[in-house]
Amino acid sequence: MLPAQGTTHAKDVDDLYMFVFWLSVVFFLIITGLVVAFVVKYRRRGPNDRTGNLTHHLGMELTWSIVPLLLCMVIFFWGFKDYMTANVPPGDAMEINVVAEKWLWTFEYPDGMRSIGSLHVPVGKPVRLIMQSKDVLHSFFIPGFRIKMDVLPNRYTEQWFQADEPGVYDVQCAEYCGRGHSQMNAKIYVDTPEKYEDFLENGDEEMRKMPLAELGKLIYETRGCITCHSLDGSRGQGPSWKGIFGADHKMTDGRSFKVDENYLRESILEPQAMIVQGYEGIMPTYQGLLRDREILAIIEFIKAQK
Amino acid sequence: MSTHSITVDGHGHDHGHGHHDPNLQHHFTEMEQQFDSAKLGMWLFLATEILMFGGLFVGFAMQQAKFPEAFQAAHHHLDRIMGAVNTVVLLISSFTMVMAVWAAQMGKRKALIVNLVITLACAATFLVVKFFEYSHKIHDGLLPGKFFSYAQGEPNEYIFFSFYFMMTGLHGIHVLMGMAGITWLLIRAIRGEFGPGYFTPVDLIGLFWHLIDLIWIYLFPLLYLIG
Amino acid sequence: MATLTLPVVKSQGPAKPDYLNDPKGIMSWLVTVDHKRIGVMYLWSVLFAFLLGGLFALLLRLELLTPGEDFMSADTYNKVFTLHGAIMVFLFIIPAIPAALGNFVLPLMLGAKDVAFPRLNLASYYVYVVGALMAVTSMVLGGVDTGWTFYTPYSTSTDGAVTLMTLSAFVLGFSSIFTGLNFIATIHKLRAPGMGWFEMPLFAWSIYATSIIQILATPVLAITLLLLVMERAFQVGIFDARLGGDPVLFQHFFWFYSHPAVYIMILPGMAIISEIIPVFSRKHIFGYRAIAFSSVAIALISFVVWGHHMFTSGQSQLAAAIFSFLTFLVAIPSGIKVFNWVLTMYQGSISFNTPMLYAISFLLLFSIGGLTGLFLGALSVDIHLHDTYFIVAHFHYVMMGGTVIAFLGGVHYWWPKMFGRMYNEKWGAISCALVFIGFNVTFMSQFFMGSQGMPRRYYTYLDQFQPLHAFSTFGSWILGLGLFIAAINLVVSLRKPMDAPSNPWGGRTLEWDTQSPPITHNFEETPVLSHGPYDYKAPVQPHHTA
Ligand code: HEA
Ligand code: HEA
Ligand code: HEC
Ligand code: CUA
Ligand SMILES: [Cu+2]
Repeated sequence: MLPAQGTTHAKDVDDLYMFVFWLSVVFFLIITGLVVAFVVKYRRRGPNDRTGNLTHHLGMELTWSIVPLLLCMVIFFWGFKDYMTANVPPGDAMEINVVAEKWLWTFEYPDGMRSIGSLHVPVGKPVRLIMQSKDVLHSFFIPGFRIKMDVLPNRYTEQWFQADEPGVYDVQCAEYCGRGHSQMNAKIYVDTPEKYEDFLENGDEEMRKMPLAELGKLIYETRGCITCHSLDGSRGQGPSWKGIFGADHKMTDGRSFKVDENYLRESILEPQAMIVQGYEGIMPTYQGLLRDREILAIIEFIKAQK
Repeated sequence: MSTHSITVDGHGHDHGHGHHDPNLQHHFTEMEQQFDSAKLGMWLFLATEILMFGGLFVGFAMQQAKFPEAFQAAHHHLDRIMGAVNTVVLLISSFTMVMAVWAAQMGKRKALIVNLVITLACAATFLVVKFFEYSHKIHDGLLPGKFFSYAQGEPNEYIFFSFYFMMTGLHGIHVLMGMAGITWLLIRAIRGEFGPGYFTPVDLIGLFWHLIDLIWIYLFPLLYLIG
Repeated sequence: MATLTLPVVKSQGPAKPDYLNDPKGIMSWLVTVDHKRIGVMYLWSVLFAFLLGGLFALLLRLELLTPGEDFMSADTYNKVFTLHGAIMVFLFIIPAIPAALGNFVLPLMLGAKDVAFPRLNLASYYVYVVGALMAVTSMVLGGVDTGWTFYTPYSTSTDGAVTLMTLSAFVLGFSSIFTGLNFIATIHKLRAPGMGWFEMPLFAWSIYATSIIQILATPVLAITLLLLVMERAFQVGIFDARLGGDPVLFQHFFWFYSHPAVYIMILPGMAIISEIIPVFSRKHIFGYRAIAFSSVAIALISFVVWGHHMFTSGQSQLAAAIFSFLTFLVAIPSGIKVFNWVLTMYQGSISFNTPMLYAISFLLLFSIGGLTGLFLGALSVDIHLHDTYFIVAHFHYVMMGGTVIAFLGGVHYWWPKMFGRMYNEKWGAISCALVFIGFNVTFMSQFFMGSQGMPRRYYTYLDQFQPLHAFSTFGSWILGLGLFIAAINLVVSLRKPMDAPSNPWGGRTLEWDTQSPPITHNFEETPVLSHGPYDYKAPVQPHHTA
């Protein structure tokens, strides 16, 4: 019923969830049981049925007020306790800045490195996310960790987690933010300490082994390109990549370029330098966000879009 | 609200008892019931009005807490003298409104008319003063939101003026509504339709008028004095 | 199944000219101040809104059949779910029971000739029509893509006809206030001679509680929406962060209305259930006072729990804790009601006419909806479930499974009174069963995907959710079929001659003491109470006409 548990907090939440679940099942069965029993037993047999005289019963009223009340108090305190632990990060937490904008997530590591759409964290270390939005409300939701927090334009919000198992977790935007809301995803990679060190130095290991075209596709999907560029020729925030390689493109300032490797590289690293006619210069720069091999990969991928 | 005279009513026996006040609507059995209903309805309506203004007051309080300096600086642009004059004018109008209700109840047609006219005059005075205040603000560019063009002063002062105009504007609309109501009363009073047996409309519009007064009594210190 | 057949004398239509035909002519309808006619006009209007909102819902489900863009772009999808939500809430469910059924039966039940302010009542209807037309116009003029919650700063920055839609909700609010005001005055002042507060049918108690909320909460929505319009038009700087405003303040304002509003939706549904169950169990309601007081308790507590919609919004932890605590308190009176209804059936003589089938469905579905509310009230669990399909499932269980099912039960219950015709019971039962099954298929699956982390307002989704989404979409077709049959069944009955007796179900409340359909002035004589609203011990008098 619930997604895999990535943190101890997730386990706590699930325990309460299951408690309320079984409690609800019990109450639902009581109600259904009574309804079915009465429906069967007291169904109308004829116009002269004799019916009971019971019109009220204080004892019963009190029972079904007080028992649920007590149970509710249990749920309240339980939920409150876990909520507080989820809200107080340990002092030694590693801090990651999260910036939300329509419709991508940017992460900034303590050493200043930034990435879009993917976050690497070491396993077993507390991580604190300090979040802010550039435009409207968003919400940073990690189902696997059972945490979620809105990201606001006028102030910082934060949340923290400590992942226990290495693995990959989905991040989804949970506050409605417009056209790209349903694709405003990211991935959290929980790495073993060695892998994390390695990542800090050389980037993602699996990605290093991937063939270029495949890596390009992955970057296209996870680094935000997909929110603006389509592959099927349809117009998005930015121009589609279908069949652009080798074509001639006009810029807003009247110049015209043939789309080749150099042009592509510059478009990615310095998008404001040349702005394609009919579009706005809203593409963020990927300078410092993509490694050389990753840029090669994406160029390879664009070439393949015939 | 409750001045409906009987339209279609062929069922004489419907009412249970004989006398037929022409002001009694067909679904009430007696004038007292009709009066009580109308009064209750008016009180409920006033409750909705208070809650509606309440939203503005809360919003004002939140923004004031956030930008105390800006609000402090902005409220100096308001003219306390004019605000005070308006407060007095409205208080007088409330008094004459009370007198009008009393006159209607007592069947004193002349006193009723005089008091209504004074109330109306006070309301008009209020609006004229407000007009001068507004035109002064407009001239200085102290306008709400994006129209704000006053260059000196604290940042965010425009938020104060957003509230100033929204609150006094909504209040001003209510004053206009009240004036329309009083005018209507006046016409009926001249026709001699009110008396000890029937003065519900005077009573109700009186209540409404007191509410308008009351809201201003809150607005004046909030905007002009405290900021 | 045993359905109720009282030893009634088959009537040959009403003996006296009834309100439908007296006076005659379109104009007499358009300017009517008769609460029954206004109720009927409201009924057709809200049913139309339901149909429209439902069609949008079916389109949504169709798009969600598979991930990726099926036939709607993201922009279109966003507009469709906004319109679905806004139409269902503002045009359908809030006026549905009070303004349509309530208008019709409340004065009859109280033995009154009309509501306290008949012309205000008509005004309320026309204000509703104006608001509805504005909503429809905004659909044509570019649509609205903010969600029914109009959260800032998205709503202050997006294009489209947001201003018009907001004003439409503003206008509709006044229609709701007028209705509430009218009902409170009616209940206070127009009860039949001898009818004390505790001799009133529970329907009136529930409607009374609803009206209190309408009066006290709606004005706050009005000013909130007005401020939103101002923010869009003049950038006044209250909600928009760029201008120094606070988007969370908007959420507080919005939910200060909209949480109480969910009880504006459910209390009238509960009102109907409190009438149907005793009638078809032929038994006195169990725990009259407990049900009556719990309605009022719900109304009052509902004003202090709004923050449970904002646990992840960045409000303070203390506030979150208080709101969570209070949320649990509001669950208790609902539980009291459910148990009292169930116990009413104990030792009864239960028949299974269509209204009763809906009432039983209500008991089960509302319990599920309400119990899942407990997950959401629990702070740590809500953090996970907030803005997922779990919420979507929760509120459809309470709104569709609760209120709409009760509404359908009420329509079937009072149909003979309103239009003087009996409908086909067999088709009634079939449609109710289809609705019940289809509803559960559609929304039960959503609890599962929500728990797994499927966010709401997504037009496309991760592949892993595909089977559950497809299941839900199939369910919506069954549901649609059931509702379609119900509609046909009711409409077909209108083509028959009038055949309904004045009291087809043997009800004890006053509306059954006048002919079906009632005469224009409701009762021949001011009714005198001879028995309580749930007094089934006195032998049931088969009624012909008075
Ligand atoms: C008819 C409308 C209706 C009703 C009646 C309710 C009833 C309740 N709702 Fe719901 N709710 C909505 C409509 C409604 N809701 C809507 C529309 C939203 C989302 C809006 C949006 O975001 O778009 C929402 C969202 C919502 C949230 C916010 C979730 C989020 O966004 O994160 C919460 C959180 O606490 C909540 C809680 C509850 C509770 C505790 C009840 C309680 O009143 C339920 C009480 C009933 C029972 C408990 C069942 C019967 C009782 C028993 C069987 C006895 C046993 C009981 C116990 C053991 C306690 N609701
Ligand atoms: C009263 C309220 C109400 C009702 C009844 C419904 C009914 C339905 N709703 Fe909806 N819904 C909302 C209120 C309601 N909804 C709200 C408030 C939202 C949130 C919007 C937002 O996020 O902003 C929402 C969102 C919402 C979503 C989530 C969208 C998203 O987050 O991306 C979905 C998806 O499945 C959905 C589906 C449905 C379906 C299949 C029905 C079905 O039950 C519909 C069935 C109805 C019909 C098929 C019409 C048939 C009618 C007739 C034939 C006439 C009947 C006449 C007689 C019986 C006489 N609704
Ligand atoms: C926020 C939206 C957005 C994102 C995210 C985005 N782009 Fe762009 N992109 C644009 C827009 C708008 C243009 C056209 C204007 C311009 O040239 O700057 C563009 C132009 C381009 C071009 C030139 C295309 C042509 O037809 O000449 C390339 C190549 C490109 N982007 C690659 C990328 C890559 C690679 C990524 C991801 C790693 C990416 N973009 C992410 C918006 C975006
Ligand atoms: Cu970002 Cu939704
Ligand atoms: Cu709520």
